[in-house]
Parts: sequence; structure tokens; C-alpha cells
Amino acid sequence: MNLHEFQAKQLFSKYGIPIPEGDVARSADEAQAVAKKLGGSVWVVKAQVHAGGRGKAGGVKVVKSAEEVRDFTNSLLGQRLVTHQTDSKGLPINSVMVEQGLDIETELYLGALVDRASKRIVFMGSSAGGMDIEEVAATEPEKIHTVQVNPITGLMPYQGREMAFALGLKGKQVGQLAKIMQALYQLFVDNDLSLIEINPLIVTKDGSLLALDAKVNLDDNALDVGRHKEVAAMRDTSQEDETEVQAHQHNLNYITLDGNIGCMVNGAGLAMATMDVVKLHGGDPANFLDVGGGATKERVTEAFKLILSSPKVEGILVNIFGGIVRCDMIAEGIIAAVKEVGVKVPVVVRLEGTNVEKGKELLKNSGLNLIPADDLTDAAKKVVAAVQKS
Amino acid sequence: MSILVDKNTKVICQGFTGNQGTFHSEQALAYGTQLVGGVTPGRGGEEHLGLPVFNTCHDAVEATGATATMIYVPAAFAADAILEAADAGIKVITCITEGIPVLDMLKVKATLNNYPDVRLIGPNCPGVITPGECKVGIMPGHIHQPGQIGIVSRSGTLTYEAVKQTTDVGLGQSTCVGIGGDPIHGMSFIDCLELFEADRQTKGIVMVGEIGGTAEEEAAEYIKAHVRKPVVAYIAGVTAPPGKRMGHAGAIISGGKGTAKDKYAALEAAGVATVRSPAEIGARMNEFFSG
Repeated sequence: MNLHEFQAKQLFSKYGIPIPEGDVARSADEAQAVAKKLGGSVWVVKAQVHAGGRGKAGGVKVVKSAEEVRDFTNSLLGQRLVTHQTDSKGLPINSVMVEQGLDIETELYLGALVDRASKRIVFMGSSAGGMDIEEVAATEPEKIHTVQVNPITGLMPYQGREMAFALGLKGKQVGQLAKIMQALYQLFVDNDLSLIEINPLIVTKDGSLLALDAKVNLDDNALDVGRHKEVAAMRDTSQEDETEVQAHQHNLNYITLDGNIGCMVNGAGLAMATMDVVKLHGGDPANFLDVGGGATKERVTEAFKLILSSPKVEGILVNIFGGIVRCDMIAEGIIAAVKEVGVKVPVVVRLEGTNVEKGKELLKNSGLNLIPADDLTDAAKKVVAAVQKS
Repeated sequence: MSILVDKNTKVICQGFTGNQGTFHSEQALAYGTQLVGGVTPGRGGEEHLGLPVFNTCHDAVEATGATATMIYVPAAFAADAILEAADAGIKVITCITEGIPVLDMLKVKATLNNYPDVRLIGPNCPGVITPGECKVGIMPGHIHQPGQIGIVSRSGTLTYEAVKQTTDVGLGQSTCVGIGGDPIHGMSFIDCLELFEADRQTKGIVMVGEIGGTAEEEAAEYIKAHVRKPVVAYIAGVTAPPGKRMGHAGAIISGGKGTAKDKYAALEAAGVATVRSPAEIGARMNEFFSG
């Protein structure tokens, strides 16, 4: 789960990580009021969406009057922001952040994530912060300094100092950075984060460090087991794919794709493989859908509804290798779904594994127009052919 | 011979009296696994499925001499269960549970460094099976057949595909290990390849990978240097769009790394026989053994 910048900064503030003064606003009037309350003569207005690259996409502006704060906010709210990290439809702007303008000396980058290779939380820092950090990481990886944290000891103070010196900081800034890293680490482990990023972390003209931006991702597994309810409540589903949100509510893993063949599979690996085989035989999958190990009849029905909610779907491939999932139960789910939802497109079904004979029998006797398939190749060929015919 | 578990392996089940634990313990017993008891805190002294229930892993190990465990406890408590098993002296820990918070697994991995002879399989995996001898996990036992192919896979249901096909062509399996789909997990491809290479029953190895991470690339290096037995590999996710989490938390392409294309290239450079469809695994492996 992602947080908005203003939500991430609320957490920063709670952990004592220095941030510019500012507040969130959901209307132009509110934005103007925030600017007046902050005082000063320069403000920054930033669109709040779950994507990076906002600056380059025109979602961030430095303004010099409260009226300008109002006007720019007005031009953003209700619009969709398209950045290089979003799809072509972009994400809806429902709020903005208004912050005090600051005199920036340098822009640094500081982030942390769970690194699968070292099996540690790893901090990354660079003196080349700002809008082009992705480019730096790709072309000059030696400019990124990393620190691995042993989960038994936590982040050690020397590691913070090491990072500070690597970033070229001097004097009291070394201690400041070490303190910020310590706070970030605590925030990370207290809230089961998977990523935290400050880009840029600025040094102001008067020499203090400040988190100008804030990005926080939480580990969905931790939220799913009921941890961090307060942070979980910050979820903004308007920033997520509607069908994927629906899927999550039914414990289904669903991802929207561009093709016309709906896929319903058990197991993430087999689901990916099914997409691959469909493509290998000339088809184009409309989605990735894993009904999971503990699929029930109800979940299968929901899965069908999800697949059919896309008008692009012209055929459906069901591929189930029953381990925990029993094929007869899946068959019942398919039958119920086809009856309830009124499926008009061809459905190819390949069942294998636990209780497969019972499952096939149920499908055969259902009187429904389902196309049985013997194996994965056969199933892919049949669904591709069925879609081409229709 | 086989790897990790066999007919003499004494197994306990953690989360024994729960729904999942009960169902899969019954299945394991029916398969012939030497399941000797289980653990459910607070239910020690009771009997379940005709076997003793213990309060702690220590009690279970002391009373039964178990050396392996299968874990079906909910995700919130699974890390605790893994470390309890390690602390009790269990050597093969299979964790079926999916959805364990990643930071929990970081602690588990760091702590298991203190137990060099403990093997963790999973989490988020189907488990391990030596056909005809010992089933520790959720795989459908009937598709397996004792034989000569070792299977190691990141995906549960794709393992079943590989199993069924190697059964259908008559090769059968020595042992099948599902190492799990999470980014932070126990045994790696390399750990399993090393065991299969040394195992006399195993004549060929099937490796099923997927996008994300660099485990397949590392395995390719290892195969090139150390594995003389034929290896057939399939990688899922050729068509997966980058940056999307494909159900397995581990299956995500990020920063242009971990694509199926990279993995195929690395494996082919190491002399591995690769297939572009999981439906071809059995036939491709059989080419090494016919004629």
C-alpha cells in the first residue's frame, strides 16, 4: 500500500524527521488559507497522487502569492496527473500540499528498502538527489552509497555517520543525518514498510537538513494480518485500479492487462505461465488472476465477475491444478458463476489434480456450453481459436 | 536415496489442530508419512488424529524424536513458529503459510544464521515430497511417482505441472521441493541443486523459476560450475509487465532486472535445456533418457 506525500510527512513528523512547514488542502480556498497561515512570500503547491515524477509532469509549482496558490490548486484539483510512473490515464488529483518555499543549497537522496539479495533493510544515499535520481542509479551506480542493516542490532550510529560522510556532509549535518536515518529506520520497522524515500533531502542555505518530499510504501502482508490499523486507514483507493481493489477485497490477486482472453488460474506461478502459453499460441491475456490456494466456490464466482467486468474479454481460460483446491469445488464454482453472471463468451476449462474426475463429470453434466481441455497447451490453443472465431 | 525427507523421517505439524493443519496431516498420514504428533500451544496432552498434541516444539521433539516439521500456523505467527522449531532442534522446517510480513522473515533469516544445519523450506510454498515415502506439504500426492527426477520450484502449482509430466513420461521423481514465492525465503535453488547433484537416485533436475530477483541467474552460474546432471528449466512470466506484483511478492520486475529473458539467457549460457512452455518440461527431460 502507498501513502500520499502529506500522509508520509505526518509519519515523518511523528518520528521527528524534519519537514518543511505546510499542510494538505482539498479545495482552492483551503489551499489559500494554508498559504496565508504559513506566511512568507514563496510557497510550493504539490499535487497529491501515488506516483513519482510529479514535478516533470506539471504537478508541482513554486508560486509567489496566495492568489497564485489558489489558482494553481484550482487548475489541479479534479484533474488527472500523468507522469512517467503512471499509465496514460494518470491518477486523480483530489488534494494538494501547500508548503513554505525554501532556499535550497543542495539536494540529496536518501531511501531504504527490503533488499532480497542481502536479506536486509538497505539504505541508499546519493549526493546527486532530485529529479534525475533514477537516471543516476542507472548510469552511475557508484554514486549511490548503500548501508545494510542487521535486523538483530538495528541501524548502528556509525552507519549513519558513514552515510553522512559519503554524502559529503560536514559538521553538525553529520549528526543530523545520522539522526534522520535512525528515525527512518524506526519508522520502517515499527510500521512494516517495504520502502521509504526522501527525494530530495535538502540542505538549506542556513545549513539544516529537511525532507522536501516523502514516499512511503507499506508491506501488504503486514496489513493483511491486521497490523497498523491506523496507517491502513489512510489507504486512498481512488489512486488504485478499481478492479484490483475489488479483487483484493475478495482475496484474489488480479492485475488488469491489455488483451482479450480472461484467465482464471490457481497459483501465481501457474497464472503467469498460463499468460505466457496463451501468448505463445497467438493470444493476448486480458488479466492476471490467481484465485489462490484456499479458493472457495464464492471466490470463483467473484473471479468470474471480475474477469467479465472488462468489456474487452472475448473468451475465458480456466486453468486449475488442484492441490489444496479440489477440482469438483472449482467446477461447482464455475457452474454457479456461469449461471449467475450469464457468461456469453466461450469458456475453456482445464482441470487437473485433486478430484479431477468428479470435477470434469460435474462440468459435463451441467448442460452448459463449456469447452473442456486436456492440458495447458490444448487449453491455450482452444481459447485462442474460440476468440478468433467469435 | 532422495533429499531432505524419506520414509524414516519423523515429522511433526505446527498448527496441528487447525483446519489446514488437520486436513493436511490427514493427507500426510494417508500418504504414509511418519507423522508422529503436532504442536498447538495450550492443547498439550490431548490427542488429535490418533497422535499426541504438544504445547511446545521442545516437548514434541523430546517425546517423539522428530527431525522435520510442517508449519500451518497463520501468517502473523509463522515467523515465531519457524524459530521455535529451529530452537527445538528440528532440522528440516517446512513453512507452508503464505502472507508472512517481510520484516518478520528478515529476522528469521538473520537468526537462522546461528543454526547452520537447519534447512528452511518456504514460506509460501507447497512443501517437500519424496514420492512413495514422505509427503510434507499440500501437494496432491497421487500425481507423484517414485523415480529419478529432482524438482525444485518457486511456484506451487507449476511444480505440480512438472511432477505430472515427469510421471506421465515414466521418469518419476526422487524428491520435489517448493522453495516458495516470497522475496525472502529459506532454501535457494543452489541449495537444492547441490543436494540433487550429490543424490544418487536423482538422474536429472527440473528447475522452475519465475520473474523477479536474480536467484535463477545465480543458479545458472552454479550449474555451469558444479552440476553434471541434465537440467531442464522453465521460467514463468515472459509476458508479465514490469513493476507489477504478480501475486507472488517475489515476482516483480524492477529496474529492468529479473526479467524472464535475462534468466533464460543465463541458463542457456550455462548449458541448461530451457523450455518456453511448462507443458514441454516432461518431454524435454525425457529426451535425455530415451535413445
